[in-house]
Amino acid sequence: MKLSTYILRRAAMLVPVLLGVLVLIFVIAYVIPADPARAWAGPRARAEQVEALRERYHLDDPLHIQIYTYLKNVILHFDLGVSPTTGRPVRDDLKAFFPATFELALCAFLLAIALGIPLGVISALRRNRAADHFSRVVALTGVSTPLFWLALVLQFLFYFKLGWLPAMGRSTIEITRYTGFMLIDSVLNWNWSAFGDAAIHMILPAATLAFYSMGYLVRITRGSMLEVLEAEYVVTAKAKGLPRRVVIYRHALKNAIIPPLTVLGVEFGWLLGGTVLLEAIFAWPGMGRYAAGSIVMVDLPAVVGYTLIVALIMLLCNLVVDIMYSVIDPRIRVGGKRR
Amino acid sequence: MRIPGAALFSSRYRLLQKRLHPITKEWGLTFYVLRHSKLAVIGGFIALAFIIIALFGSLFAPYDPISANIQDRFQPPSASHPLGTDTMGRDVMSRMLAGAQHSIKAGLIVLAIAVPLGVLLGGIAGLFGGWVDEVIMRITDMFLAFPSLVLAMAFSAALGPSLFNAMIALSIVWWPMYARLVRGQALAVRETSYVEAARSRGASNFHIMFKHILPNCLSPILVTLTLDMGWVITAAASLSFLGFGAQPPIPEWGRMVSDGRIYMLRAWWMSVFPGLGIMFVVLGFNLLGDGIRDSLDPKLRRLTEVTWKREKTSSSSTD
Repeated sequence: MKLSTYILRRAAMLVPVLLGVLVLIFVIAYVIPADPARAWAGPRARAEQVEALRERYHLDDPLHIQIYTYLKNVILHFDLGVSPTTGRPVRDDLKAFFPATFELALCAFLLAIALGIPLGVISALRRNRAADHFSRVVALTGVSTPLFWLALVLQFLFYFKLGWLPAMGRSTIEITRYTGFMLIDSVLNWNWSAFGDAAIHMILPAATLAFYSMGYLVRITRGSMLEVLEAEYVVTAKAKGLPRRVVIYRHALKNAIIPPLTVLGVEFGWLLGGTVLLEAIFAWPGMGRYAAGSIVMVDLPAVVGYTLIVALIMLLCNLVVDIMYSVIDPRIRVGGKRR
Repeated sequence: MRIPGAALFSSRYRLLQKRLHPITKEWGLTFYVLRHSKLAVIGGFIALAFIIIALFGSLFAPYDPISANIQDRFQPPSASHPLGTDTMGRDVMSRMLAGAQHSIKAGLIVLAIAVPLGVLLGGIAGLFGGWVDEVIMRITDMFLAFPSLVLAMAFSAALGPSLFNAMIALSIVWWPMYARLVRGQALAVRETSYVEAARSRGASNFHIMFKHILPNCLSPILVTLTLDMGWVITAAASLSFLGFGAQPPIPEWGRMVSDGRIYMLRAWWMSVFPGLGIMFVVLGFNLLGDGIRDSLDPKLRRLTEVTWKREKTSSSSTD
């Protein structure tokens, strides 16, 4: 199978899964015991007001009609409905909140990769020595620490006690928004103080968010590297008298990198989910906080919109990983199905 | 119909089965390897201590974990209150001792629902293949397309916030991983010659599932299970932290971290100790899980088997 055919085929598989995600979330919303219209209208609303809301959001329609109407609006007008709690179109809300979350998740993601993979490799190369023990402790604490607690403790230490880093929100310096990504916009504005401010606000949330993924990556990279270092082709390469550097980079690392690579897609999705916890603590004006608030308010259009976006990103990540995987290891494409 | 020469066939089949024996045949060796890993033993002790605290903790609690005692509020850690007191003057240590049971309950209930469900569906998908496999795996994909925490939040919001509903919500999002795991294993085992041999003897799908596929899935499941125990505890605490799980005055650890959040400057001990508790327990399960994984590693097992057998024979000769 050619690479392009493979990509197209995998991309086409996204459609039914996304559709399934939509159905699933509608089913959850449908079986919900609470009455959403009553929650939206507030405790003092009159019965007619609740009824009007119910009418307006087609809450009394059967499930399949609701899904059909929603899909029609999404596909024809790219319309995700109007949020009953903010009173604004969900599309606009998500557009406003998405960059902050994505920027945070991306920074954490890059941080986790930049620290996790090298630490894992070093740990494997220096097995049972000080460096190995150190990175194993880091990795183990990383995967064991509850994210929300770490966020509170770091906030307490670096903001309240030491006063080194800001603990809340994003940069407040006014700059022209091009992309919504603070770090990129400030560079585009050629405003370095804004860039510094954006970066300094990013440190605590991104470091907290990255901690778990980093630990996980260290563990996976270390395990896979150790396995590869014992493989026969590495032994052969060493026996041939190749320099250690060449053996490590060209023979070992290239093969050892596949397992960490495959978890990256899932990991990014996990980071996006983790923002729901973190944004509440760091007052980060992003999609996660919006989602958490919407879930509490039974704001169905907002929740459905959010889950669709997140599910789409996660599926795309997995697609990218699969493509990368098949570029590195063409057997997967040829075999057709991965097991 | 019985084939003539089935005896010959079945002895060959036994031989194959023995060579590829799953861990169910060698619990002794597994335990031996485990016992000789220092970290696994530490992890095991932490997990065990946690379970004991969960079972009997409320008996040891020096103060009442629920009722308020306003004149003692915000006491820093001291001899009479080793971990301090909270906004209502309740002893943090007593609350933690009494609250451990909620975390372990969450872990056990979620895994007790999610694992059998995932194993069953994954086993069916792997064993039957074809459209059954396709349908089950697409449903699994759907569930895995969400970040699990968000999906669990949605479910627990839909069910209404309570600790029990949070557990149900977590079980609903947890099974797909096991379904994937078991399916992959089932696909591999299905092609082995001993399953082929069993089939040719006329073994039913039921027999193959329970005698061949499940025992072979046991070691990866066991490892994932132990590691997941820590994960579920964190996830349940996260849900409680966000307000979807345990409701006050239940002394659930995640909830306690969340309750202490706004008093961080005045009384850091309110949040810090319950969080440390979660971290410690999860660490214990992680160490234990790593140990179990290592002890199921065929290479290490074969290396240790020699000393194990030697010790076994020497101890039986001294008896």
